[in-house]
Amino acid sequence: MQMPAPDARTLGRKAAIVARLREVLPADAVIDDPVELRAYECDALAAYRCPPLAAILPRSTAEVAAALKVCHAEGVKVVPRGAGTSLAGGAMPSEDSVILGIARMTRVLEVDYADRIIRVEAGRTNLSVTGAIESDGFFYAPDPSSQLACAIAGNIAMNSGGAHCLKYGVTTNNLLGVTLVTMAGEVLEIGGAHLDAPGLDLLGVICGSEGQLGVVTEATLRILAKPEGARPVLIGFDSSEVAGACVADIIRAGVLPVAIEFMDRPCIRATEDFAHAGYPDCEALLIIEVEGSPAEIDEQLGLIRTIAERHTPVEFRESRSEEESKRIWLGRKSAFGAMGQINDYMCLDGTIPVSALPQVLRRIGELSAEYGLEVANVFHAGDGNMHPLILYHANTPGQLELCEKLGAEILTLCVEVGGCLTGEHGVGIEKRDLMTVQFTPADLEAQMRVKDVFDPAWLLNPAKVFPLATSAGRRGN
Amino acid sequence: MRPTSEDDLAALVRGATGPLRVQGGGTRSEPSEGEVLETGGLSGIVLYEPAALTLVVRAGTPLAEVEAALAAEGQRLPFEPGLVGALLGRNGASTIGGVVATNASGPRRVQAGACRDSLIGVRFVDGRGTVIKNGGRVMKNVTGYDLVKLLAGSHGSLGVLTELAFKLQPIPPATATLILPGLTPARAVAAMSAALGSPYDVTGAAHLPGTGTLIRLEGLAASVAYRVDRLLVALAPYGQAVVERDAAALWQAVRDAAPFHGREGDVWRISVRPSDGPEVAARLGGEVVMDWGGGLIWALYPAGMDARAQLAGIPGHATRIRGTAPGIPALPPEPAPVAALTAALRAQFDPRGILNAGP
Repeated sequence: MQMPAPDARTLGRKAAIVARLREVLPADAVIDDPVELRAYECDALAAYRCPPLAAILPRSTAEVAAALKVCHAEGVKVVPRGAGTSLAGGAMPSEDSVILGIARMTRVLEVDYADRIIRVEAGRTNLSVTGAIESDGFFYAPDPSSQLACAIAGNIAMNSGGAHCLKYGVTTNNLLGVTLVTMAGEVLEIGGAHLDAPGLDLLGVICGSEGQLGVVTEATLRILAKPEGARPVLIGFDSSEVAGACVADIIRAGVLPVAIEFMDRPCIRATEDFAHAGYPDCEALLIIEVEGSPAEIDEQLGLIRTIAERHTPVEFRESRSEEESKRIWLGRKSAFGAMGQINDYMCLDGTIPVSALPQVLRRIGELSAEYGLEVANVFHAGDGNMHPLILYHANTPGQLELCEKLGAEILTLCVEVGGCLTGEHGVGIEKRDLMTVQFTPADLEAQMRVKDVFDPAWLLNPAKVFPLATSAGRRGN
Repeated sequence: MRPTSEDDLAALVRGATGPLRVQGGGTRSEPSEGEVLETGGLSGIVLYEPAALTLVVRAGTPLAEVEAALAAEGQRLPFEPGLVGALLGRNGASTIGGVVATNASGPRRVQAGACRDSLIGVRFVDGRGTVIKNGGRVMKNVTGYDLVKLLAGSHGSLGVLTELAFKLQPIPPATATLILPGLTPARAVAAMSAALGSPYDVTGAAHLPGTGTLIRLEGLAASVAYRVDRLLVALAPYGQAVVERDAAALWQAVRDAAPFHGREGDVWRISVRPSDGPEVAARLGGEVVMDWGGGLIWALYPAGMDARAQLAGIPGHATRIRGTAPGIPALPPEPAPVAALTAALRAQFDPRGILNAGP
């Protein structure tokens, strides 16, 4: 992975920059010890590492603003970091950058059930937002699988989704307002507890901008009353095409499940060996979850059964208890862990039109054979967000490069059938150089112009999202 | 000017020597200077995949045509876009582009999101005459910046929309509306908050003067019946609700602020947190329609008077939808730093300042 050459002037001024940061931040909020900085050298895209110049851990919006003013004045690049769980390298530093970690800002600032909002500091973890309100019967809907660890700040930066977004939408659909600190250290309030923007929808473009437009320190989130209950059904098929057709029919019939998850045979086998969830030995498997009261759940599952039976499933297993529900979800939730047991893997994140599913699965199978690398498919079938896992051996020379090449081919395929490179993980450094597959130079220029407005000097997380050659003229060095 | 292709439109914008006033059906556009640039020549459905709940449509397509095509497949736009023609006393057929340019979102906004939440892709011609696409036709897409949201509600000031992609919703087989009569605005908002904060998946909560406070449920038949029963119990402290099976006309009245059609006075649209709704109603004193559980207020206010001045200190914003008054802007002024960002974005997308430049 190519990164720009570090700015020699910044490297040379490290001591002075750290000293200036110490003037505006508490002593324990500035880290420049090389050993301690190792903790910030990568995120969850751990194949790529680089220790930063320094790391700062402010405790308030005012401290964030003060630190950014210093970095702005010094012309130092800043890489914002939530919990460091990005799979796309969104929080990966460069040698000449300061990591701005938001993890110490975790307070709940306001909960209002009448208005159905919660305001939190953005370093708070996703799951602990729900944790603060669930005893009162409410929850925060977006549920990325890293939700135990990932921060709201990172969710906003990447516009994170999750298994249940088929019904509840992704982060941008559940975000009402932010406190944003610009690279120049200016504090802006965008949106709030009301539902729409008076002028341009700045909140809409801030969400998903991968930490390139500003640092989000606080967020107002929409919260919902928890449904009375939820229950999954597991359906096995002897072909992926038939499973795909069943998904299309369910959507067409007007049932709106909260989740439709898909696993193919390689994935089913690996998770069975690992988690022993008792999954049937079949080509494709769907896990569909519906919500409501017991009677409402029965009504929906009855409809799903009628539709599924038209596709002659090899198995139809309806959960009847909490215990059975857990077993049905067990394999799906262990899928990534199971893959990690048998191999190193790269997790892709392209989205395709649901109608292209059979064609794409077939082509992935062909590519997998061509490259000699196994690919297991596990994904959110209701919205077409695929997660092909390419298995490889990191210790075998050349395999990472081969795997990346196959990954690029699969993502290009996603775009060719009318989809996109990333459905919920973000571009980061990982898919940066594929952006020209999906966008024309004019499309990318329009996006970069937005960054020009928020961060004219391109100091915030600059070497991400856009191909290096495309952003070269704007990034300075 | 009425281009019939995106390329022609781009050429027209590139060659423009003065301001342009972008117009779909002419029902929503605000007065602005310049030669009228009609989008009606860019019309028709480009792609409709009912099994994927996806529609791609040219921006000049009449909204009625879009809704009819979807209804034929038992589907709809989730966000229930309203029509403001009757309120503003304008003829003409609203276009889907006009809906997006104003982010028009009706009562279902509280549950299904706004227009901007269902919009998954755009093509547009910016003020330089360049064709730009963003988003796509898939439901989950975080590839690059989300200019889709930025364009929704931009009132044609960043570019001329040419093609739009939406995610759709199946029309549920059953619906019911609970009507609570005679509540004050404060009690109405309390009742709506109780309903919206329940697990019963309310898809509309509004207060219509003369009719009552409306709570809508939609879904499978047995499920709707069950939830009606539960809400009747939960809302008992607010009175005995009447259950209406077909209340479409009432929801349309809320959506389009029908009580103010053809009446004297200015109409204001005010967006606040729901619990501030009663305070807004009290300060304005006149007649109000409340939607979004109290978070959206349509107010009939004496012509030429500044409703915004009455609302000082209440977070949110107020827009004058109908009426003119010297010195009282229709659009809410933004805080200086936000206004600076907005102006800079406009300058990037339309450096000559020719698109819907305002009166």
